[in-house]
Amino acid sequence: MSWADLNLMPAMPEIALLCAVSVILVLDLFLDDAKRSITYGLSLLTLAGCAALTLSTLNPYPELTFSGMFIADPMAGVIKLAMYAAVAVTLIYSRQYALDRGFFRGEFFTLTLFSLLGMMVMVSAHHLLTLYMGLELLSLALYALVALQRDSARGTEAAMKYFVLGALASGMLLYGMSMLYGATGSLDIAVIAKALAGGTANQTLALFGLVFIVAGLAFKLGAVPFHMWVPDVYHGAPTAITLLIGGAPKLAAFVFVVRILMQGLEPLMMHWQGMLVILAVLSMALGNLTAIAQTNLKRMFAYSTISHMGFLLLGILVGTPEGLSAAMFYAIIYVLMSLVGFGILVALSRAGYECETLDDIKGLNKHNSWLAFMMLLAMFSMAGIPPLAGFYAKFAILKAVVDVGLVWLAIIAVVFSLIGAFYYLRVVKTMYFDDAGEVPPQANGTYWVLSANALALLALGVFPDKLLAICIEAMKQSFQTL
Amino acid sequence: MLTLTHYLVLAAILFAISVLGIFMNRKNVIVLLMAIELMLLAVNYNFIAFSHYLSDTAGQIFVFFILTVAAAESAIGLAILVVLFRSQQTINVEDLGSLKG
Repeated sequence: MSWADLNLMPAMPEIALLCAVSVILVLDLFLDDAKRSITYGLSLLTLAGCAALTLSTLNPYPELTFSGMFIADPMAGVIKLAMYAAVAVTLIYSRQYALDRGFFRGEFFTLTLFSLLGMMVMVSAHHLLTLYMGLELLSLALYALVALQRDSARGTEAAMKYFVLGALASGMLLYGMSMLYGATGSLDIAVIAKALAGGTANQTLALFGLVFIVAGLAFKLGAVPFHMWVPDVYHGAPTAITLLIGGAPKLAAFVFVVRILMQGLEPLMMHWQGMLVILAVLSMALGNLTAIAQTNLKRMFAYSTISHMGFLLLGILVGTPEGLSAAMFYAIIYVLMSLVGFGILVALSRAGYECETLDDIKGLNKHNSWLAFMMLLAMFSMAGIPPLAGFYAKFAILKAVVDVGLVWLAIIAVVFSLIGAFYYLRVVKTMYFDDAGEVPPQANGTYWVLSANALALLALGVFPDKLLAICIEAMKQSFQTL
Repeated sequence: MLTLTHYLVLAAILFAISVLGIFMNRKNVIVLLMAIELMLLAVNYNFIAFSHYLSDTAGQIFVFFILTVAAAESAIGLAILVVLFRSQQTINVEDLGSLKG
């Protein structure tokens, strides 16, 4: 292959983002603290630029480049657009929070954008090496972000735990990848799939590798029994960073799992399906049951994340196009809900005061009924109460699960969702019917974007067809033969 | 004569030692970082062995990337460790229990 054949167009958004981050990184050195809003504005502008580039390079078919190491398909395109929105919204929500705590600085923006770059590479990777590089770029940036408040004992402890368990997960994943390489003789996702389907691969080695790969993926998703880091990191990190971790990386992890398991290891589906069933059931059970015992909202959301990841796995394990598009829809809706939930906690925190326990939101309705209403929308949506978006997302997944004949699995999912509804409704009860404590909840700054985000949950719940159709179309086009 | 199996078994032993090192170590965070490093090296061993027996260089290229990422990873790990020691005056694993629930 000569240089003239090199097609850079599919990777244009990544290249543009990398250039922009480097410029922001250097430019920030020459700005004093009063002018940080320039870097902030530039970061948002970069995200808008990347979105425009992704939109303009979006093709209705998968396109490979860099000798098959990189792929731009509609699934990656749609997820990338959702990730830009999630990261932009995260930056907007955390502006005041970061200013109050003294980390409204260049490193916050550049690390956030680098983590986004890692996610984009993960989403577009079509080779075990690029998958690994994207994952590490994301993880390393997130470790540093969790420890961003250097004087916070909780933050640094959370960062250490995240680092050790994250590195362990990467190690497991890599070990599995090396076995897969040995079994199939290639690192390319398409070649691996072909070797496994054609029977030229060493089946024993491939299965051995598969176990480690599934364990590594479960770690990254935060599925039980590999979930230990999730509550500690969500709790210990500054709320603005928790907002980031709970948002866009979940979308990237979803595509990561689909890329490896569905596109690479599809011939082994009957083997990984059983493993995912166990992970999904355990996640939904433990996530929902443990969340009931939490009084800290950040921890409660962490356990709720675990249960939502279990639900997401249900959509993946059915392995049909319907299941995958339902899971994609679920991932996008989940990120919207989580952004509202954490966004409200960020909005209620002030300098020197963190809003994070159930007591802190007592009587929120009396002091700020609009914020309380938005939290109610997020909680009802997470619980899956119609007509909110969360209901339709759960419904689409359950339908796909029933369609392949796994009725018992759907019943388990519904039962645990009902149990989960208890703690979501408890938050609503605390806001609406309890009297405020000594420190009444107060909002910090304005929240136009937050309002739009919360209302989107309602709008997508009433009119889910459009987004669902996009997800279905994207999945269909991405899985046509390369 | 050394066969591929010998290399794979050695890598598996190294990998198992590093996983045990992470889970059984209750004393010092630095030992955790060493265990993580060992884990990545075990994976490298695997890649090189396969690469040789498959006569395919891709595995060796992968090793270069893993080594580079491992260096970046230990830089971040040690940086977090320094910050942790400053705020808690200890790097004992058992003392890192303030986040529970």
